[in-house]
This record gives sequence, structure tokens and C-alpha cells, in this order.
Amino acid sequence: MGLLLKDGLVVDPAQDLEAVCDLLIAGGRISRLAPAGTIPAEGHQVQDCRGLVICPGFIDMHVHLREPGQEYKETIATGGRAAAAGGFTAVACMPNTQPVNDTAAVTRFILEQADRAKQVRVYPVAAVSQGSQGKILAEYGELKAAGAVALSDDGRPVANAQLMRRALEYAHTFGLLVISHAEDLDLAGNGVMHEGLVSVQMGLRGIPAAAETVAVFRDCELARLTGARLHIAHVSTAGAVEVIRWAKVRGAPVTAETAPHYFSLTDEAVRGFNTNAKMNPPLRPAADVAAIKQGLGDGTLDCIATDHAPHSVLEKEVEFDQAANGIIGLETAVGLSLKLVQEGVLTLRQMVASLSTHPARILGVGGGTLQEGQPADITVLDPNRPWTVDVEQFQSKSRNSPFHGWQLPGRAVMTLVAGEIRYRHNT
Amino acid sequence: MQTVEAQGLRFRRKDLLGLADLSRAEIQAILNTAVSFQEIATRSIKKVPTLRGKTVITLFYEPSTRTRTSFEIAAKRLSADTVNLTVAASSAVKGETLIDTAKNLEAMAPDIIIIRHACSGAPHLLASRLHSSVVNAGDGLHEHPTQGLLDLLTVWEAKGRLDGLKIAIIGDIAHSRVARSNIHGFRTMGSRVVVAGPQTMLPPYLAELGMEVTYSLAEAVADADVIMMLRLQLERQGQMFFSTLREYSRFFGLNTEHLKLAKPDALVMHPGPLNRGVEIAPEVADGLQSAILRQVTNGVAVRMAVLYLLSGGEASGTAA
Repeated sequence: MGLLLKDGLVVDPAQDLEAVCDLLIAGGRISRLAPAGTIPAEGHQVQDCRGLVICPGFIDMHVHLREPGQEYKETIATGGRAAAAGGFTAVACMPNTQPVNDTAAVTRFILEQADRAKQVRVYPVAAVSQGSQGKILAEYGELKAAGAVALSDDGRPVANAQLMRRALEYAHTFGLLVISHAEDLDLAGNGVMHEGLVSVQMGLRGIPAAAETVAVFRDCELARLTGARLHIAHVSTAGAVEVIRWAKVRGAPVTAETAPHYFSLTDEAVRGFNTNAKMNPPLRPAADVAAIKQGLGDGTLDCIATDHAPHSVLEKEVEFDQAANGIIGLETAVGLSLKLVQEGVLTLRQMVASLSTHPARILGVGGGTLQEGQPADITVLDPNRPWTVDVEQFQSKSRNSPFHGWQLPGRAVMTLVAGEIRYRHNT
Repeated sequence: MQTVEAQGLRFRRKDLLGLADLSRAEIQAILNTAVSFQEIATRSIKKVPTLRGKTVITLFYEPSTRTRTSFEIAAKRLSADTVNLTVAASSAVKGETLIDTAKNLEAMAPDIIIIRHACSGAPHLLASRLHSSVVNAGDGLHEHPTQGLLDLLTVWEAKGRLDGLKIAIIGDIAHSRVARSNIHGFRTMGSRVVVAGPQTMLPPYLAELGMEVTYSLAEAVADADVIMMLRLQLERQGQMFFSTLREYSRFFGLNTEHLKLAKPDALVMHPGPLNRGVEIAPEVADGLQSAILRQVTNGVAVRMAVLYLLSGGEASGTAA
């Protein structure tokens, strides 16, 4: 007996498909995908999906799960529950844990914890440099063999351009992607928010947009030099979008992501010294937000990834200067992305590509399509189910979201991983 | 003469966090009240019973001599009981959070907590968590509202008005909470504010905030009614904000020659402490046009007014 998702709008950019279909899941895989009414329901459990959108499972290629080391903020199990509740069937977790994921043993530990949690697929991203110290390359071959899907020193940039060059070349040797946290630390100085009108008024030290843009340019040039695959994380500036567009036109093997907060909020959100508006890169002014939206719309930015960064009140209910960077994003990303669709910035198909097709392809992890025979990793959306964000209802262990109280137009209502229902929204 | 009530001059707030949020009428109410308190300093017994039974705590996370002393004298002249806490930055890092410290203090039922902190917004964090009144005695690079108010009082007293005056503020605007409070205060009261300094010390967007911006000291002080020199933080040299003290002093320090460019009765001000011979020549600091010590005197009156009004006192005096 299988599970038949009936009469849903199937959006699968990988197959160039956007049509009302029936989809049959059996044995953990997509057994049939056919025009509505053509799959007999006999012998199957039927889920009426009229008015709903059936998508290949969403993949968040940038999260912080905090395990090992900071389990009071999040664990692989709680982060996995948050992911499923937010409509994600897989996440790629950054290596800035304690210890840093720079050895095969840590990578294996993460995968074992993910198996135990039985929530969503977890793809470990390992460190570029040992301890993410920016000095010595990590063991990429061993890390890949243990299950790492990419490399990044996310949280801190690779400051030394020569090390970045060698990392790209060495990663290319093993067929691994390098994900760049692009930031010029000297220019960023001890800034705590975007350098602009708001920072000047609030007396908070600023991080100029140039701190990101010049670093993105450096890394794009290194990708062109080495021919190695590079992915730019959390793009937030108009300049960075322009540089990535320029590099792509010239054939650089570069892809990029942005996060929902960079298309949903401006640096005005910091007013009142709101530490839930503190992140790195920082929230930018309206002109940058417009450029981010345009970059998503024209494909310069390939993915929407959350940079889910759980922090407890210990890190956030303190002086703004001393507050930790980052916000949680897994449970609001789909709603905020649907808002972009509602605003006409993205089509529904582009949104699905940004959240599924593209991250799957960039990470090289499978999924990202509903083709018959593929594992049944599926996100079912109700694009027209308005809801109010309430952090107290979150599955995540942390509550550090600037979107508490926001009205969002829709949400994920069902998340399936390998055919198993990991989340179902009950109303 | 209009009465305060007739002009609607009131100050009804729980906290004083910055001048950016204050209306012209609120600032005027504080200045009027400060004027009425000035006279107390001239008495042989410099004390009134106004705040008898009130407890005022100064909580300073940064070293300060004059501001803390000024607040303490202000509170004592109003007969409040004062407790001074100086928290070394290092022990704060090791120890409890700011919120915990403040809640512990509040458990002892103080009426007003006066805080200085190196982090912008720290007083706002406390104000949102505490029932006590919070006075910002300087937060990071953000605001130093009582300094702004005492500067306004000093200029008002000397010029008889604030409206239409040209105020030149010279030096490290980027790192100055005094500059920010003064910019808000003087602009709200109708003055024209011109800032000058090397571009390294002038943050972007000052023009958008209604300031005139120049890199030339001479241009800034030309026909100025008030010249306010900011203290040069000597450690900024190592942070690449300027080259040598000698050169800084030559191009951005105020000397008698520059002073001749200003109005003949221009007032010279400085929030202190002075770097004599760096941002201000000694003969200017000690000259006839200097209001630097008057600023200190007025600081006590302004802080008395703030403590009094936050305690529910009625604004007094008349408008400019």
C-alpha cells in the first residue's frame, strides 16, 4: 500500500513541470507521477492535495545545528524537527561546532546523530582549515569519505587569499564545493551592524557594504583562476550581487545564496537595539534589499538558505555590542519566500528552484526533483494559509527570531523524507 | 511672561535615554527647571529637601570623574541618598550580566539608576527591564544627554536664545556621544549645526541628518556663535584615524587665529577633559570667550533638573 498525493499542483523545475498531478509514494520512493485522475486510488492511502503545492523536498544548504558542543542552543534532533516543521527535507550544517567539524570523526558523529534523530537528511559541511583557524588545510579526502558534502570556515572568512586559492584547488581535487563566508575582516573592524544612516544615529560601529563586496570579488577571481567550484554564502549587498553577476557572465564556476532576512528586513530593524536584528553579514538598507530581490529574480542568486543560527537568551539578552550574531530561520523561510511570490518578485517555480532544485544540484546530494524512482523527499505547501509567527510554537530550541508576530501568507503543511511523514500541520 | 503650563512645557517620562527622542518643549522644560536650580549653588547651605527619601544609584561601567561627581552633587543638593558603583569592565565580563546586576540593584528599591556603559544601548536595555527611572550618563558612541543639556543651557544663558545660532562642532564626530547628543539637541532647538574634522572622523550620512559638513576648521568656525571642540582620543592614532598629534593640532585644533574668524562674542566650549595644545590651544581654553568651566557648573544644575523631573517634579521657569 502506498501513499497517494491527489490533485496537488506539482511544481518540479527539474522536469520543467507545473501541473495538477497525482503522485504515488511506495517503498520510500516516488513510484508514479501522472496527470490528475490517472492513478487508481485502490489500495492506497489517499491524501487530498487540492489547493496545495507539491514540491521536491526543500534543502536548506546553510544551517547551524550547534551539535556537538552547544546543545543548549540546538541539537541535531531539535534542529531536524525545526527543519521538518519549516518544510525542509534536508539541511547542510556548518562546521563551527565545538569541536569544529574538521575531522572525519566529527563528520561521522554528526551523521550518526542525524540517523538517531530520524528527522531530515543532514549533510555535514566540513571546515576549510584545521580548527577554522585559516592556517592549515583540513583533510578533505578523508572528510569527503566520511560524508562531508562541502567545505567552509563559515562564521569566519578565509582571510589569507593564498590559503583560499589552495583550498579551492585542493577541494577541486576531491570534487568538493567550497562555500565562502566572504568578509574583509579589516574593513569590518569591530562593527556590529551595517555602516549607514542607522548606525550613525545609534552610535553603533558600522560594517561597510564594501567589506562583503571586495571579499566576494576576491573569491570570484580565485574561482576563475583555479576553475574550482565556489559558492558564496549569505549574500547581502547590491555590490556582491553585481560582482557575482559579472563573474557568472565570464563563466566563473560560482553559485550564491541569500537568506530570507536579507530580502525581508532592512537595517532599520536594529532600531531600539534589537539584538534579534544582529547578524553577520548585517541587515542592509532598502537599496541592497531591492538588489537581493532582483538577484533572486534574475537567477544571479541561486538559492535561498536560512543561515539558521540558534542562540539562547544568554547570547541575545545582553548589550547589543556583546550579543551574538545570527537568527533562527528554518521555520519562517518558506513563509517569507511565499511572501516574495505574493509580491511578484519570484514565481512559484523560481521559489522551488531556489529552495530545492538548485541547492540539490550545487551540493551534489541527490533529491531536488520528483522524478519517478527518486527518494520521496517532498514538501507540500499551502500557499494561501495565512499565519502569525509565534516563536513559542517553534520546534527549534532557540527563540531568536526577528519575525515574531509577523503575518505570513502560507506555509509547509506536510514534509516527507524517504516517504515518511516527518511533519504534518494540524489545524 | 508665559507660565510653564500655558506653554505646555512638561516632562513626563520614566527615563532619560537620549536627546534624539525629546521634543523642543521637553528640552525647554528641562532647561527652565535647571535655571531655577542654578541659584542653589550660590547659597551658603547648598541643599534643598526636594528629593529627601529618594535613592539614586550611579552605576558606572566606564571610568569617569566629572560626570559621576556632577550627578552625585546634583542628587545630594536635592537631599537624595546616593550610592556610587563603579564596575571594572574586566569583572563585568567574568561576572553577572548587566540585566542581573540591575535587577539586583532594583531589588533594593532605588528610585533612579544612572548608568554609564561602553556599549551603545545599554541604558535602553535596562530601561526596558526596570521599574526604576534610568538616566543615560553616556552609552558607547550613542548619546550623553545630560552633557547635551548642559551645553544647551550654557549657550542659552550666554546668548539668550538657541534659535538661529551657528554651532560649529569640531573633531571626532564618529566616536563622540557628546557630539550626537549635541547635534540632536541644538537641531531640535532651532540652531544650525556645522561639523568639521578629517573625513576619517566624520561618519557618513551627517548631511542626511541635517548637518552641514566640512573638512575645514576655518569654514566651520567662520561667523560661528559657538565653537565646540571635541576631545581627541589619543588611541585613535593607532587605529589609523589620523597621522600625528602635531598635524592634527595644526589642522583641527582651535587657536587664537581661528577664533578671530568666528563672531566676536563666540563662545568656546569643550566637554572635557582637555588635551591642551592638541584640540585646543591653552590661551583659547583659558581665554575670555571660554565657557568650559561654566559648562561644568551648569552640569550640576541640569542634572538636578533631570533628577527632579524624573521624580515627578513640575517643570518651572519660562521659555527663552
